[in-house]
Amino acid sequence: MSTRKIENGILLMITLVGAVIWIFPLYWAFVTSIRTENHVVSANAGLLPDMLHLNAYVESIFNTRLLTWYFNSIGTSLIITVVVIVSGMMCAYALSQMRFPGRRLLYGVVLASFMIPSQALVVTQFVLMNDLRLVNTWGGIILPQLIVPVVIIVYKQFFDAVPKEMREAVLLDGGGEYTLLLKVYMPLNWGITTALAIITFIMAWNQFFWPFLVITSENMMTIPVGITQVNDAFGVFYARLMAVALLAAAPVAIAYLVFQKKVTEAVMISSGVKG
Amino acid sequence: MITNRRKHIAIAMTLIAPFVFIFGLVFLYPTIRVIELSFTDAPLIGSGEWIGLDNYKKLLSDNLFYTSLKNNGYFVLLTVVPTTVIALVIALAVNRLSGRMQALMLAAFFLPYILPVSVVTQIWAWMLDFQFGILQPAIAFFVGERVPVFRHPVWVMPTVATVTIWWTNGFNVLLFIAGLRNIPTELYEAASLDGANRWQLFWKVTWPLLWPVTALVLTLQLILQLKLFDQVYLLSGGGPFNSSYVLLMMVYREAFQLNNGGYASAVALVLFVIIMVVSVLQFQLLRIGGRK
Repeated sequence: MSTRKIENGILLMITLVGAVIWIFPLYWAFVTSIRTENHVVSANAGLLPDMLHLNAYVESIFNTRLLTWYFNSIGTSLIITVVVIVSGMMCAYALSQMRFPGRRLLYGVVLASFMIPSQALVVTQFVLMNDLRLVNTWGGIILPQLIVPVVIIVYKQFFDAVPKEMREAVLLDGGGEYTLLLKVYMPLNWGITTALAIITFIMAWNQFFWPFLVITSENMMTIPVGITQVNDAFGVFYARLMAVALLAAAPVAIAYLVFQKKVTEAVMISSGVKG
Repeated sequence: MITNRRKHIAIAMTLIAPFVFIFGLVFLYPTIRVIELSFTDAPLIGSGEWIGLDNYKKLLSDNLFYTSLKNNGYFVLLTVVPTTVIALVIALAVNRLSGRMQALMLAAFFLPYILPVSVVTQIWAWMLDFQFGILQPAIAFFVGERVPVFRHPVWVMPTVATVTIWWTNGFNVLLFIAGLRNIPTELYEAASLDGANRWQLFWKVTWPLLWPVTALVLTLQLILQLKLFDQVYLLSGGGPFNSSYVLLMMVYREAFQLNNGGYASAVALVLFVIIMVVSVLQFQLLRIGGRK
């Protein structure tokens, strides 16, 4: 029994050390960001935080377009989230609860598009955005990100699981499909809606490749694309680079820490390992 | 009844309309166009001549294509199995904990996954900075000198792979934890009563029951890592001497820098087909492997 306890203790220690190593890059970025540029590269800068110097943050907020990029990121990510959730929920409801010609085909298409690497489409998506005059606009950032098949798949699973009796009761009372969706299926699944919304928002916020292609004007850039410009502008000012990086990550990191359970749930459900 | 049926269908059509419209516009249409474009010599913007299979013939004699293919394969080797093993080990460790401790440890391992890629690359570029990077003394300790890792043909891919594993591993940890939670505890209790030790418990109970999740993680990782672009573009730009040049970078360079829309489409389609074939093959193989 006691050997088991020692074993458990050792395993816990190893886990803790592993977690500390894993989180170290973020810790180090933070320590760097609150130092002066001179101290960052000086020989006697140790591993522990020894300064609380916020100049790097002030500089990055006021001397770059960080606030503009925040605005673009928040705006586009919010619109993407709302459209993806609403259109996904509507489509999933029809797939789950209604009978119409082409239903099987549509579900097949949803499942298949889950496998399609959208990166392989960027060339023609860009041509399309150019034809629609959407290059360098929010619309250009948003449109190709509106297809998130997994949202439909998850919603359909949850709608399938709602007891049929509830549906029949509403129909007997004279309610129609819209009443059912808005008054029964949607309220019953608020939990999954928030989980999917949070994860969709985080994914949209973090998107790099597409916004990087469709945006060339610095004023229209999203946070992940914009901060790579700072690199060129600041050169080797590491404290400022780290401050910018942490400011860029802060919204999603905070969203994750606040909604940790929801995010965890969303990842597990949307990958199908937990239903 | 017939009008009811009609109304029912009309409502259904209204509900699916937004998704179907967007899907057709930004997915289906570009898919058809990319196939079409790959048989032309079109620039990125504007039309071109139909040139049949010329782009594909050119591809087969393009050295950069083979270099990219090789680098993609190398990167898959460096990431897929290692990240799966690391994630499993972490999941087993975290799953033993409970309550706040478990939530805290999980957060530590998961946090990098929710960071934007450019944040990840900036932090690691600083950590590995040739002159001032905190990891350079450690590298010097092991190999005798500082290494400019992102400008070194041998170091670049393993380093990008390490950064990638650090960044994306949390997702796999979560999947494994979900899988571990789905294993009934009675099975462990029964096996323990039969005198099984930790090692036997793992190989006789955990491993076989976790196999579907392991297969899923391996497949998802394979697809994800074949689509490598962001990290390698931001960390090394495909260099030095194309030693980290990959297929998606070729698509990007041909389309957006060299203005060869048609040729870029051909490369994109080849990548597309590789991903589809490899993922279907691997999934089938893993399913068969799991049935033994």
